[in-house]
Amino acid sequence: MNTAQQARWVRFTPTERIARSMVYIVVVVAVIWSLKTVEVIPEFLYDAPEQTADLLSRMWPFDWGYYPTVVHAAMIETIHIATLGTLLSLVAALPLAFMAARNFTPFPVLNWVAQFIFVTSRSVNSLVWALLFVAIFGPGALAGILAIAFRSIGFVGRLFGEALEEAQKGPIEALNAIGAPGSMVLAKGYWPQAEPAFWSIALLRWDINIRESAVLGLVGAGGIGLALNASLDNLYWDEVGLILAVILLVVMATEIISSKIRARII
Amino acid sequence: MSTSPAPNPASWRSRAFPARWNKRMAWLGLLLYVIYATSIIDVTWERFVRGIANGGTFLARMFPPETAPERMALVYSGLLESIQIAILSTFFGVLLSLPIALLAARNLMPPMVSWAARGVIAICRSFHYVIVSILFVKAVGFGALAGILALIVATIGFVAKLFAEAVEEMSMKPVEALRATGAPFFSIIFLAVLPQVAARFIGFTTYQLDSNLRNSTMVGIVGGGGIGATLFTAYRRFDYDLVLTILIATIILIMIAEALATRLRRIFQ
Repeated sequence: MNTAQQARWVRFTPTERIARSMVYIVVVVAVIWSLKTVEVIPEFLYDAPEQTADLLSRMWPFDWGYYPTVVHAAMIETIHIATLGTLLSLVAALPLAFMAARNFTPFPVLNWVAQFIFVTSRSVNSLVWALLFVAIFGPGALAGILAIAFRSIGFVGRLFGEALEEAQKGPIEALNAIGAPGSMVLAKGYWPQAEPAFWSIALLRWDINIRESAVLGLVGAGGIGLALNASLDNLYWDEVGLILAVILLVVMATEIISSKIRARII
Repeated sequence: MSTSPAPNPASWRSRAFPARWNKRMAWLGLLLYVIYATSIIDVTWERFVRGIANGGTFLARMFPPETAPERMALVYSGLLESIQIAILSTFFGVLLSLPIALLAARNLMPPMVSWAARGVIAICRSFHYVIVSILFVKAVGFGALAGILALIVATIGFVAKLFAEAVEEMSMKPVEALRATGAPFFSIIFLAVLPQVAARFIGFTTYQLDSNLRNSTMVGIVGGGGIGATLFTAYRRFDYDLVLTILIATIILIMIAEALATRLRRIFQ
C-alpha cells in the first residue's frame, strides 16, 4: 500500500470480508436446505383459507357465559402463578447473582458455579420445566410456580449479576475503610447501587412470566392454560376465542402496569 | 440558623440512612400478597414434601438416558426439523419485519401508517408462540409449517419492534440531505436509513435466530412440528429416559447455537 500512488481505502480487512461472505453463503445454503427438506403436507395447505374462515366463524361470537364460571378464576390463578413464580425466582437469584459477580465474590470457582446454574436454568424452556414439575408434584399451580421460578432464575441472576459488576468501587471502598462488616457493605454499598436495576429486571421478567404462565396449563401446570386445553380438546372454539381475548387483555394491562411502575420507582 | 441546636451524632446517623416508611410498607404489602396468594392457590406444604419424595423416583426413572439407535434416530430427525423451523421462521420473519418496521417508524411515516403498523406489531407480541401455533395448527394442519408460521409471528413481534425503535433513534441528517437532492423514497431507505441501522438489525436477527431455535423445540407440544412433538409423546408414555435424552440433546443444540450467535455478532461488529 505504501508504494501505491494513491492510498486505497477499504472498510474491511480481507479476513473480515471473507468471514462476511461466508456468513452470507451459509445463510443462503441453510435457507435453501431447509426449504427443500422441511416436511410440509400440501394437501393441508389447499384448504387453509377455508379452515381459517371456519376457525373464525366458530370463535365468534364468544361464549361469554364461560367467563364467570371458569375463565375468571383461571386467569386470576395464572396471574398468581406468574407473580409468585417471579418472587420465588428473585429470592433464589439474589444470592446467586452476588455469587456470580466477580467484584463481590473473588473466587472464580464460585462465579463459575453460579454461571452454570444460570445457563442451565435458561437453557430449559419454561414448558419443559413445567413438564418436569408436573411429573414430580402432580398437575396444579405448584408445578407452574416452580416452572416459572426455575426458568427465571437464570434470567434475573445473570442480568442482576452484571448490574452488580458495574457497581462503582467508591462507596464500597469507603465502607470497607471505616471497618463496616461484610453485611453492611452489601446492604449499604452494593444494594443501593444495584437496586434500580434489580427492580427493573424483576418487572421485565414479571411481564414475560405473565405471558408464559398462560400456556403452562397446556401441560397441566395450572391457570388459564388448563381451561384453554380443555376447550381445545372439546373443540369449543367459542370458549377458546374468549380465553384468547382475556389473555390478550391481561397481557396488555400487564405491559401498561409494569411500564407505569417502572416510571415511578426508577 | 443561630437557634439551631448543637450538632448531635444521633441525628446525623438518622440522616445518613433514614428509615423510609413508604418502602417498608411496600415490602409489607408484598409479604401480605404472598401469604394471601399462597393461601387461595392450590399450594400446600404436604404436597410439596410428598413431591420431593416423588422427585427421587422420577429422577431414578430418567437415568440412564435412552441411547438405543432407533430412538436416537427419532431424536435426530426431530432436532433437524426444529433447526429447519428455526431457520425458515427467522428468514421469513426478518424479511417481513423489515417493511413493517419501516412503516412503524414515526420519523419516516405519517402517524396513520405508523399506528397501524404498531398495532400489527403489538398483536404479534402479545400472544405466546405456543398459542399462535395452536391457531396455525387448526389453519394449516399438523406439522412444521404451523410451527414456522407461529415463529414468524413471534419474530415480527420482536425484530420489527426493536428495528422500528432503532430507526427512530437514528440521525435524520442523511435522510434530510437525500430528500433535499430530490432522491426517491427507496433511495432514501437504502442509502440513508439502512446503513445507519444495519449493524443493530443484524444483532436483533442473530438474537431472534437463537430464541427461535429455543422456541422451535416447543411448538411441537401443540402439533407444530420439531423435537417438541417427540418430547411430549415420550413424556405422555412415561418414557422418562427418552425425555432425558431429548432434553440433553436440546440443551447441547441451544448452547452450540448461542456460541455461534455470539461469533456471528462479532463478525458483523
